[in-house]
Amino acid sequence: MRILNLAGRRLAASIPTLLLILIGIFLLLQFAPGDTVDAMMAQMGGGDAATARELRQFYGLDLSIPMQLGNYLWRLVRFDLGFSSIYGKPVATVILERLPPTLLLMTASLSFAFFAGLVLGVIAARGVNKWPDTLISTLGLIFYATPSFWFGLMAIVVFSVYLQWLPAGGFEDIGAASTGLARTLDIASHLVLPTLTLGLIFLAIYLRIMRASMLEVLNLDFVRTARAKGLDETRIVVRHVLRNALLPMVTLIGLQAGTMLGGSVVVESVFSLPGLGRLAYESVVQRDLNTLLGIVFVSALLVIAVNFLVDLLYARLDPRITAGT
Amino acid sequence: MALSRFEINRRTVLLTSAAIAANVINPMRAFAQETPRKGGVFNVHYGAEQRQLNPSLQASTGVYIIGGKIQEPLVDLDAAGNPVGVLAESWDSTPDGKTITFRLRKGVTWHDGKPFTSEDVAFTAMNMWKKILNYGSTLQLFLTAVDTPDPQTAIFRYERPMPLNLLLRALPDLGYISPKHIYETGDIRQNPVNLAPIGTGPFKFNKYERGQYIIADRNDNYWRPNAPYLDRIVWRVITDRAAAAAQLEAGSLHLSPFSGLTISDMARLGKDKRFVVSTKGNEGNARTNTLEFNFRRKELSDIRVRKAIAHAINVPFFIENFLGDFAKLGTGPIPSTSTDFYPGPNTPQYPYDKKKAIALLDEAGLKPAAGGNRLTLRLLPAPWGEDISLWATFIQQSLGEVGIQVEVVRNDGGGFLKQVYDEHAFDLATGWHQYRNDPAVSTTVWYRSGQPKGAPWTNQWGWKDEAIDKIIDDAATEVDPVKRKALYADFVTRANGELPLWMPIEQLFVTVISAKARNASNNPRWASSTWHDLWLAE
Repeated sequence: MRILNLAGRRLAASIPTLLLILIGIFLLLQFAPGDTVDAMMAQMGGGDAATARELRQFYGLDLSIPMQLGNYLWRLVRFDLGFSSIYGKPVATVILERLPPTLLLMTASLSFAFFAGLVLGVIAARGVNKWPDTLISTLGLIFYATPSFWFGLMAIVVFSVYLQWLPAGGFEDIGAASTGLARTLDIASHLVLPTLTLGLIFLAIYLRIMRASMLEVLNLDFVRTARAKGLDETRIVVRHVLRNALLPMVTLIGLQAGTMLGGSVVVESVFSLPGLGRLAYESVVQRDLNTLLGIVFVSALLVIAVNFLVDLLYARLDPRITAGT
Repeated sequence: MALSRFEINRRTVLLTSAAIAANVINPMRAFAQETPRKGGVFNVHYGAEQRQLNPSLQASTGVYIIGGKIQEPLVDLDAAGNPVGVLAESWDSTPDGKTITFRLRKGVTWHDGKPFTSEDVAFTAMNMWKKILNYGSTLQLFLTAVDTPDPQTAIFRYERPMPLNLLLRALPDLGYISPKHIYETGDIRQNPVNLAPIGTGPFKFNKYERGQYIIADRNDNYWRPNAPYLDRIVWRVITDRAAAAAQLEAGSLHLSPFSGLTISDMARLGKDKRFVVSTKGNEGNARTNTLEFNFRRKELSDIRVRKAIAHAINVPFFIENFLGDFAKLGTGPIPSTSTDFYPGPNTPQYPYDKKKAIALLDEAGLKPAAGGNRLTLRLLPAPWGEDISLWATFIQQSLGEVGIQVEVVRNDGGGFLKQVYDEHAFDLATGWHQYRNDPAVSTTVWYRSGQPKGAPWTNQWGWKDEAIDKIIDDAATEVDPVKRKALYADFVTRANGELPLWMPIEQLFVTVISAKARNASNNPRWASSTWHDLWLAE
């Protein structure tokens, strides 16, 4: 009951935020020179002014900016995200089509980064200042410093072009038209390289955080007490240290859900994945305001949802948090 | 001096293209006995998705590369670049040029089984070419009616003379036919068939997954016997150029058309035996790099300043070091690939001459200020290609050396068009002029005064010259081909002399194709053509 209450309050608080974000993006995009009809003309390689005027009328671009914004918000109130001018379909449909690859990629990368970061961070902290720590920390630094598009391209060159182990891009095999398990495996094999590419930077962050918080917790009094009780080291790490060291890691998930959506633009382009990130980029370039606002809306919902889950996890990890509210 | 430099350049380019052509021919010779193989899936790199795929509504290579396999034009170009009938079998014109009759092919059916007739031609011409198609609405401005006395005859009636040669050279790009029975009801622009085209071509539309791929399968009822050879074409949407190069190497792509890769990747793959990298098959898609001057800027309306700018830029150096074999020195608005209209290189040219540039600037009264700076200009480069971006930087540095400070303002596509062609917020702009087989289709609008504000790729420089307006108008309705050619020679001479814009680099698109592809690049607009004879060797 308390959790539901918390949930309700959090969601209610996020509505004004969402509204502000949408209005902000709408106004920001007005500063970009050109509208969707200009972008369309660029694509066509020319056209006459009468056609352009007709198209502007068709897309409602001849209205004043406050009118356009008002129209948009009024539609939003009725849960209508509008019509995409590049796709010729309702924005909601377009986004629903693009959501699965992005969600899969995000979940896979976050889990990979989280768990690999956790394990590596623990190993580094246990062997602090010895060779495992040095090796892991150096690797972490390299991952963090390398741009992800370069990682992606190198991964394609090594694993697809030379070794031919994994597909070079795409979401699934077009020719196969497989179903069930075969299709799942097919999609999984297409996602390996993008997941690694997107995950490595975050992995580097997680392992640094994990290492630092492990080191901090390892020096606390209750650990010393546990050691004094004669508990073996593995038990101390798993039962006492890990649980406490996890809190900053979980915080990071909430913060990075949004960053990851941004990072996915690059990864989706390099691996030709049909995700939200590329859709967002495409709609900016083509000045498809409706689609862009729709994506912002959905992404904001996603980030809110992730943060909500993080709050719940907090409560689970540290009972003091719920007790305090 | 200028002339000999041009000649050398021209010759080396011709030699290189001959070498490239030999590369294409050699493997073919080795397999001279092999018979075309049926079957196979052909994978194509598709860099930028379009809003729709019907080439009777949008003239652009991004649409032809897909729609051109599914729908067909009345006329296409053969290997020698001459018009050859596709949906039209023959044609003739009355001496006054006001009536042009097309006799259509019999026994052609649409992919949905309905017969193709002159009604389709009349509907497409009057409702799509004349009203919606970019470039088409200008070309068909004086088209008043299309008569259909019988299902196999379409008679085009024009208010003013339409040179038959002009129409035939325009139709490969601007002459695609759409099915009347699909489009006659409802809003043409919003028809869902625009994204799932129905045509008469060798391939039938199958599926479009946005952001991923488009598939078309062989049309078993195609009118050409034994065609097509391929079972399927898959266009894979890959926006990242480097990723596309990797996919070619990994074997998941057979073709990247229209210079879809980075210049360095194209040069690299050219050395790989698995690929043929060449400009062959793109002769009908010549483009020139431009430098556009805004005449509203007082200094630029002075011809001495424009000439000084042209003289200050070392174009051969730029081509040699940045564009390599893929480009050559241009001589004006009509590229040398246009055998029908190219007037030769003896028109006013502006070879690199820094001293002359400085002298001209001095003469125009632009003395250097304290820091050596004479003038500050805003240059807007179009974002379509790597070469434009490099060219903009090169202009900036070259002009810096003669005391003109250039600020490069980069925009994306929509922003560029808006600022240059609608708001006129530029001093210099640079982009591509794409030549479409006849100057009246693609080129004269860049020079003709009185273009409506906001129309991209037209004379938005604020330049007006009555003599050139007259030449343009006369040439557009001149029925005699010899006289037309002479008029366009005058046009180039005057355009180069007055220099409202400068077109100093000539390029052809580069095709990167798997060496297994046979009958590839065999006409001047191959990537846009039907591919009915394309096949893949084992």
